Amino acid sequence: MTAVTPAAPISRIRLPGIAPLLVLASVAVMGGLVILPLITVFQSAFAKGLSTYLAALKDPDAQAAIRLTLIVAAIAVPLNAAFGIAAAWCVAKFEFRGKSALITLIDLPFSFSPVVSGLVWVLLFGAQGWFGDYLVEHDIKIIFALPGLVLATILVTLPFVARELIPLMQGQGSDEEAAALTLGASGFTTFWKITLPNIRWALLYGVLLCNARAMGEFGAVSVVSGHIRGQTTTLPLHVEVLYNDYDFVGAFAAASLLASLGLVTLLLKTALEWRHAGDLSAGRKR
Amino acid sequence: MSHFKITRRGLVGAGAVLGGAAATGLPGLAFGAPALGDTLLNVSYDPTRELYKDINGAYAAYWKGKTGKTITINQSHGGSGKQARSVIDGLQADVVTLALAADIDEIAKRAKLLPANWQSRLPNNSTPYTSTVVFLVKKGNPWKIHDWPDLIRPGIQIISPNPKTSGGARWAYLAAYAYGLKHGGDAAARDYITKLYKQAPVLPTGARDATTAFAQRGLGDVLLSWENEAYLTIEEFGPHYDIVYPSQSILAEPPVALLDKNVDRHNTRLLAEGYLNFLYSPQAQDIIGKHHFRPREAKAAAKYAAGFKQIPLVTIDDTFGGWTKAQARHFADGGVFDQIYKPS
Amino acid sequence: MTDQAIPRLDPTRGAAARPRLSAWREPSILPGFGLSLGVTLAYLGVIVVLPLTALAIRPWELGLAGVWHALIDPRVAAALKLSFGLSALAALLSAPLGLLIAWTLTRYAFPGRRILDALVDLPFALPTAVAGIALTAIYAPNGPLGAIAAKFGIKTAYSPLGIFIALVFIGLPFVVRSLQPVLQDLDNEVEEAAQTLGATAIQRAVFVILPGLLPALISGVSLAFARAVGEYGSVVFIAGNLPMKTEIAPLLIVIKLEQYDYAGAAAVGLAMVAISFGVLVVINAAQTWLAKRGRA
Repeated sequence: MTAVTPAAPISRIRLPGIAPLLVLASVAVMGGLVILPLITVFQSAFAKGLSTYLAALKDPDAQAAIRLTLIVAAIAVPLNAAFGIAAAWCVAKFEFRGKSALITLIDLPFSFSPVVSGLVWVLLFGAQGWFGDYLVEHDIKIIFALPGLVLATILVTLPFVARELIPLMQGQGSDEEAAALTLGASGFTTFWKITLPNIRWALLYGVLLCNARAMGEFGAVSVVSGHIRGQTTTLPLHVEVLYNDYDFVGAFAAASLLASLGLVTLLLKTALEWRHAGDLSAGRKR
Repeated sequence: MSHFKITRRGLVGAGAVLGGAAATGLPGLAFGAPALGDTLLNVSYDPTRELYKDINGAYAAYWKGKTGKTITINQSHGGSGKQARSVIDGLQADVVTLALAADIDEIAKRAKLLPANWQSRLPNNSTPYTSTVVFLVKKGNPWKIHDWPDLIRPGIQIISPNPKTSGGARWAYLAAYAYGLKHGGDAAARDYITKLYKQAPVLPTGARDATTAFAQRGLGDVLLSWENEAYLTIEEFGPHYDIVYPSQSILAEPPVALLDKNVDRHNTRLLAEGYLNFLYSPQAQDIIGKHHFRPREAKAAAKYAAGFKQIPLVTIDDTFGGWTKAQARHFADGGVFDQIYKPS
Repeated sequence: MTDQAIPRLDPTRGAAARPRLSAWREPSILPGFGLSLGVTLAYLGVIVVLPLTALAIRPWELGLAGVWHALIDPRVAAALKLSFGLSALAALLSAPLGLLIAWTLTRYAFPGRRILDALVDLPFALPTAVAGIALTAIYAPNGPLGAIAAKFGIKTAYSPLGIFIALVFIGLPFVVRSLQPVLQDLDNEVEEAAQTLGATAIQRAVFVILPGLLPALISGVSLAFARAVGEYGSVVFIAGNLPMKTEIAPLLIVIKLEQYDYAGAAAVGLAMVAISFGVLVVINAAQTWLAKRGRA
């Protein structure tokens, strides 16, 4: 592992006059493609003043959407974090046959379209799906209710924590754990006192990305939501509902909350990258 | 630590995760589980958002006055076909209020939540109000669009949703087809409709997407719109638009129905029946008129008559032999729409 | 990595020492293998394998001919072509744009560099629906950039170009973030050596720097591609959804569902998963080959 400092490295290639041009071009690309949309969200949200903005967020349906989004993330993210730790432990600390197949399986959800990640649950638990008759008979709601939203979100965000932890733990090796075990520590103590502190920043990093995606997921939850106002509309779906209600200020107000979430995520992520660069997996350091 | 022990713990751990995943499927955690039967879910189509907001408030007040009980009515809106699909997939609607009978027929056929003769259970073919298809153009009608033939003039762009997913678009398609039928028969109608959809630069999935594309995003020259949606657009987006009534259109009948299996499961039959009957009451009919749908009840119809221009309206039964036939001939996979719609 | 350091266990010796177990895994002092593997497999089983099985089985109720027919249907074929074609184009454009931004961020010091650096990840952190309505507002004929384009007769929103813009937006961070660490570590001595040998700046950029970046560039571009193919939220608002022209494959899945065509929807979904997974496997193989060749 080579140490990387976040301070600006200066190019050895000196192309006089071209540097400002390249900087300008970069800023232009970022401006038109990335920064302008962000500005648009906040500008449209406040287009009719602060009081309209606040009223849009105080609307009971908006409040319900915020609550639902938090609940879905509060279930999906810890489950995926626990899975990520377990998967990283067995993949990074042990050698066994079929390991690369297992890693492929963990990565597989990345090649699912969000729509597919919703569709599969309809095929399983929809009234016309595999378990449809059983669920209808026993009055168990999965699709068009919280469980469906959670399952769709879990599938979309499944690889995030595992992907963050596996390369880090592979790089760290097992020497510290082996030493602790030789000295008589129990397996649990070793994990708690040695492994967890070693991976905590990467874990936080993975959880952060997982959470951002979980709260912002649109395509997958849109397929399994049923769009019941105040009941099964998460915040991104609420944005769509309001957009179709011609309530553009309301739509962008809800969108501004999600954009703020994105900005906070970026802030925390950048802070992690600067302060704990050495504790993140190689690709994350700058 | 023996391998056996580890493996056993592995199994326990696996079981815990499976249990956790299964637990999220328990009904206790499910949203909107109606224990007392005081909650209704009305699954509706796109342009009724504002209408049912008002009706639900009025019905809740009416019910409270009658029984002293507080009720909650939840709404879900979207393209009519999409909404029917959700109900078929298990969305627990107590009542459906969709854009056309064919979509409720699908629910009866595929999910068997209500009997096939559902449409005869309420007055007026189970449609408490009617509407029609009109043209919405830019203020002053710069392209001089007055009737159906004007829509296929070179250079005119029409905005209408995808008839495969939108109920309003199916009514619009049939209105256009009926015009062709009247002026030259089936071949002419087919020819007209082929040309018409060549003028469509986008094909949104629902009525709302279409209106947004036209009014908010400035796309196209004319919007084939629900009459009520056209009035709403002018109210929402200001007086930048004019409504044009063509020489003839179609009598659109958006029906309502109670889903027997669902209301029995939720113990909400009384509440749901009351709700649908309430739609025919003078109070609800007045709200319906206020939102630019054409009321059935005489008094409300008279009160709002000035807003609805009387033009000849063909009916689905007389001109197309009913929805079952029209759906199979025009909108099924491989039907007329699939044959004529070939984007250039 | 450890798997190369530890020699493969002799199966005959292992069989004698530890019956059965060692046949498929190497012994380790660390505990928790059974637990962690059990949890991992159970979780993947419920969340990935079971749903994937449903997706893989459902289309075949149409029969082999039916699935084939569903996929070569002109509208489906057009949607798949659009999704994969535009995603490939967007990923390819992300390469020079990403290279430009990554280069600027790692090589030059300028005011606001760190903010710009942090904002690179915004498309990743911004929910797709939010990006969708914002991009539509900007690139619609009456939006700030859409109006400028319209003056030159260019249609942005509601055309393939609009989808393309959304896909570049989605893919850009993957390319920038893949390149940055490599650019950071790029051996300056190689550059200097090339300079002393009299290579011009452009020659150095093309023949010295670019080959070193290639594996990272391919990795970033393929990630951008994979993400773009399935993208839904940021595209549906801006696409205009015109069948055969601006209808992306994920939207077609939704439309097929709305027409009660479960098997057809599953067929398109399965095809998408299969194609994008296949593309990723090929790209990964190419990358490994490049990396090996680079080392040799």
